[in-house]
Amino acid sequence: MDQTYDVIVIGGGHAGCEAAAASARMGAQTALLTHRLDTIGIMSCNPAIGGLGKGHLVREIDALDGVMGRVIDRAGIQFRMLNASKGPAVRGPRAQADRKLYRLAMQEILQNYKNLSLVEGAAEDLLLDADGSVCGVILGDGTTIKARAVVITTGTFLRGLIHRGLEKTPAGRVGEKPAIGLAKTLDRLHFPLGRLKTGTPARLDGRTINWAILEEQKADDPQIPFSYMTDKIRVPQISCHMTYTTAETHKIIADNLHQSAMYSAQISGTGPRYCPSIEDKVVRFADKERHQIFLEPEGLDDPSVYPNGISTSMPIDVQAAYIRSIPGLEKAEVFEWGYAIEYDYVDPRDLKSTLETKRIAGLFLAGQINGTTGYEEAAAQGLMAGINAALQAGSVSRETAQIFTLDRAEAYIGVLIDDLITRGAPEPYRMFTSRAEYRLRLRADNADQRLTNRGLEIGCVGLERNSFWQNKAQRLGRGRALVQSSVATPSMLEKQGIHIKMDGARRSVFDLLAMPNVTWDKLQMIWPELEEIDNDIREQIEIDALYAGYMERHDADIEAFRKDEGLILPRDLDYKAVGSLSNEVRTKLEAVQPETLGAASRIPGVTPAAVIALLRHVKRKDQKAPKSDAA
Amino acid sequence: MTQTIYALASASGKAGIAVVRVSGPQALSSLEALSSLRAVVRRKAHYFTLTDPVSRETIDQAIVLFFESPKSYTGEDVAEYHIHGSKAVLDSLLKALSRQPNHRLAMPGEFTRRAFENGRMDLTEAEAVADLIDAQTQLQMSQAMNQMGGALRRLYEGWATALKKILAHMEADLEFPDEDDLQGAHKTQQTALQNVLDQMTEHLSDERRGERLRQGIQIAVLGAPNAGKSSLVNALARREVAIVSDLAGTTRDIIEVHLDLGGYPVTLLDTAGLRELSVSLDSHGRIEKEGINRALYRAEQADILLLLYDGTQAEPDPYTLSLTDERAIVVASKADQPQNLMYDAPILRVSSHTDEGMSNLLAAITLRCAAMITNLEQPALSRARHRDALQQAVVAMKRSVDAALPELAAEDIRLAVRHIGQITGRIDVEDVLDVVFRDFCIGK
Repeated sequence: MDQTYDVIVIGGGHAGCEAAAASARMGAQTALLTHRLDTIGIMSCNPAIGGLGKGHLVREIDALDGVMGRVIDRAGIQFRMLNASKGPAVRGPRAQADRKLYRLAMQEILQNYKNLSLVEGAAEDLLLDADGSVCGVILGDGTTIKARAVVITTGTFLRGLIHRGLEKTPAGRVGEKPAIGLAKTLDRLHFPLGRLKTGTPARLDGRTINWAILEEQKADDPQIPFSYMTDKIRVPQISCHMTYTTAETHKIIADNLHQSAMYSAQISGTGPRYCPSIEDKVVRFADKERHQIFLEPEGLDDPSVYPNGISTSMPIDVQAAYIRSIPGLEKAEVFEWGYAIEYDYVDPRDLKSTLETKRIAGLFLAGQINGTTGYEEAAAQGLMAGINAALQAGSVSRETAQIFTLDRAEAYIGVLIDDLITRGAPEPYRMFTSRAEYRLRLRADNADQRLTNRGLEIGCVGLERNSFWQNKAQRLGRGRALVQSSVATPSMLEKQGIHIKMDGARRSVFDLLAMPNVTWDKLQMIWPELEEIDNDIREQIEIDALYAGYMERHDADIEAFRKDEGLILPRDLDYKAVGSLSNEVRTKLEAVQPETLGAASRIPGVTPAAVIALLRHVKRKDQKAPKSDAA
Repeated sequence: MTQTIYALASASGKAGIAVVRVSGPQALSSLEALSSLRAVVRRKAHYFTLTDPVSRETIDQAIVLFFESPKSYTGEDVAEYHIHGSKAVLDSLLKALSRQPNHRLAMPGEFTRRAFENGRMDLTEAEAVADLIDAQTQLQMSQAMNQMGGALRRLYEGWATALKKILAHMEADLEFPDEDDLQGAHKTQQTALQNVLDQMTEHLSDERRGERLRQGIQIAVLGAPNAGKSSLVNALARREVAIVSDLAGTTRDIIEVHLDLGGYPVTLLDTAGLRELSVSLDSHGRIEKEGINRALYRAEQADILLLLYDGTQAEPDPYTLSLTDERAIVVASKADQPQNLMYDAPILRVSSHTDEGMSNLLAAITLRCAAMITNLEQPALSRARHRDALQQAVVAMKRSVDAALPELAAEDIRLAVRHIGQITGRIDVEDVLDVVFRDFCIGK
């Protein structure tokens, strides 16, 4: 029996969950198709959410009413605000998760999600209609499900191959079959595929670890939630512990390098530089006496511990030997041995900024399949793909479908997707705050101010969040108006004990907050009405004042940036017809087919001269184009 | 708000007049600041004295045309300064403009670009302009870098590398707070930052020192002792500037003579006579040796070498001969006396006493200057661009040193890196991350 949906999402990982939820929020009848319903929301690697850049992404997902923030708030067992001693722009919320609580919370939320059906089955192939657009999915048992748009979020399952030493096992995750059928489909449709790898450490039995001798790292108190909608964390908090590798560990690894899958040329895929295996660390940083390991419990009632920092592709006996050489782990038992996994990914330069593929209309890709790592990066893409798939499914024709994109000046999500589609993923892509040109603006604290209205406009924000946000927006508006309108001259301030330059200029509370040594409390003594401003709003205003001087400089930059983004390059642009492009530059432009002049200028190797040539070419086309469509 | 941009708009090269174009919302206010004009009339030529509003120094007598938006080349307010076509005047004007609020040097092609955006460009005209820009931007970086000379180039690239590392360490500290490797990594960079900052500040103040004409074409006069170098310099300068005596080795230091030769600003360098000195040197000899070293150093830097041989001697001086390269103009002196010199290449014979051959020599130098000034004018512009970029980098670095929070310190270094990247080539975030992962073992 054929079933029909607006949107099908293949995969129940972090990209898939967010894609399915976003599509359903948009009002599209959505199916989340996964080979096993009980694996929805599973954390296959490190059980933690957030961090620098990543925590920012989660806040942005939340601001667009996504699910990740609320799920981790129900599953986090060690909340910490990273960089708390530094400024707010570089603070990143992070939480250790209880694996089981996370999975169950995600499953519970999605089971009750309006417009969303969870379907168990293995996607084997795509169904294309006569004009080559996607129109459904063929399952392993031969049945078909129809849809107007399909989102593939298969993570590392595309021809996944697990390595432990010289032993190789085809798998998507330990104990789960890889997706071979879909990989063949993508091959057949000539998607440019590449190979990446990532690794994971052994899982330890926490009951066999000698905790008493280890350094403790406690959770924050109080805990700051991820979601703007969460008032308080109710999950009990635990500590993580730290230990270090020893000279003995390094010796064991160095002696057995030839058995490492990575160092014996078993693996062809590129691994991430920021997540090196312990083999890599020992080889590349040979002069370091020890490497830090965080022992992260995987659940409140789960003895499993994730030793963060020693991912590996060594055979089991070598893993066993070096684990025992680490203080605290002398008697540690292992539940599951570490491994490296190689998988196919699609070169994301083959995607549009909506994450729709350029090759197949209606087909979207999100998550690790696009060459990223990390739950947060996956979820962010899932959200955007889900919204755009729903927009497309709900439109009269594909050509007139509205799209939803964010740019580099408004969100890390915009930075992420723009980087992927203009630069590709030569190594597994992870978000860093360094990647954001406008880092001081794209903060974890103001994601709702940046994005929730955008979400409301497009329709991916539900009623509950809407009323919550409207209330906050009003309070923010009132607070900001008050600090701008409360002004005083230097001499008036002098009388109150605030010494500033006697230039006669009136300064507002907001101006004064930007000055060092002027505190809110001091100002509140002069203007008692400031007390009416709620704490959360006050904090926002203080942060705004802190960065105000830098924002002005950003504004000019952003204006120039948006001008280039506003210049759309036609889809069918013939780069051979553009005068004075070198072959090298032309090849690069042809590979990416940038959507805007700005995107073209960010492709590595594209010169300013080439950008001017493009501008010239496109303007000329504009002038020659018939004006008849201006209806 | 949109920035106001300026640049030399006339073709580069020695010319009677140079045109500097200023375009943007503040083109009028900077014109008012540099002139003393009360009322600027649209599309009418104004003749007045241009003054640097900061130093109060006179720049030039200029003719300025003002075009009000939208009826201008770019569609914005445009002021066109017609000034005398000398490098010194041009540099002064560009410097004065750089200090005007919200003004910056135009990027390659930026006027044309603004013209496009404002719909002011005729398309056939655009083709030609864009092709020109194309050629310029492709060549500009390498050309500018090459003309900077090896030492300067290494200096700039060294700063770029140092800044990249400083930024990488700051970024690492922000990105990886849980890594034990990185606790306070940025602090280790404070000394490095101060070092670069000091060097750049000194470099910039160095550039402002010295007379304007020092930037003229450098001509080193080289030859054996008593070949007649000082006499030749005097003849060219038509005044006694160098000590002329028959005692070999009289000129020990470099004597600079600034001249206008055929309309080109040149600096003649009268150098110590070149000769091999015996190993044991008395104090006189040591001073002379130092003089020779300096002569050789200046010869290396010079744009043109006047290699002078004593025309009365048969053998060309081997030391002088060894300096021959494509910059050389070869001259035989003492043409008023019997000529014995055997030289198997074209040589100009001149006499400083009778002025015989002097007009030929002047013509040869002028010709060489003409060919060279076309190349020299371009670096004048790129030097202004470099100075601009370095100054902005320095301002940002100073702010970084004083910044209250690490992300603000990093923000300003990012800015500084962007500015210096305009000289040495863009520094991408991937370049910075490369340094992070090279220098630190990261991987929680």
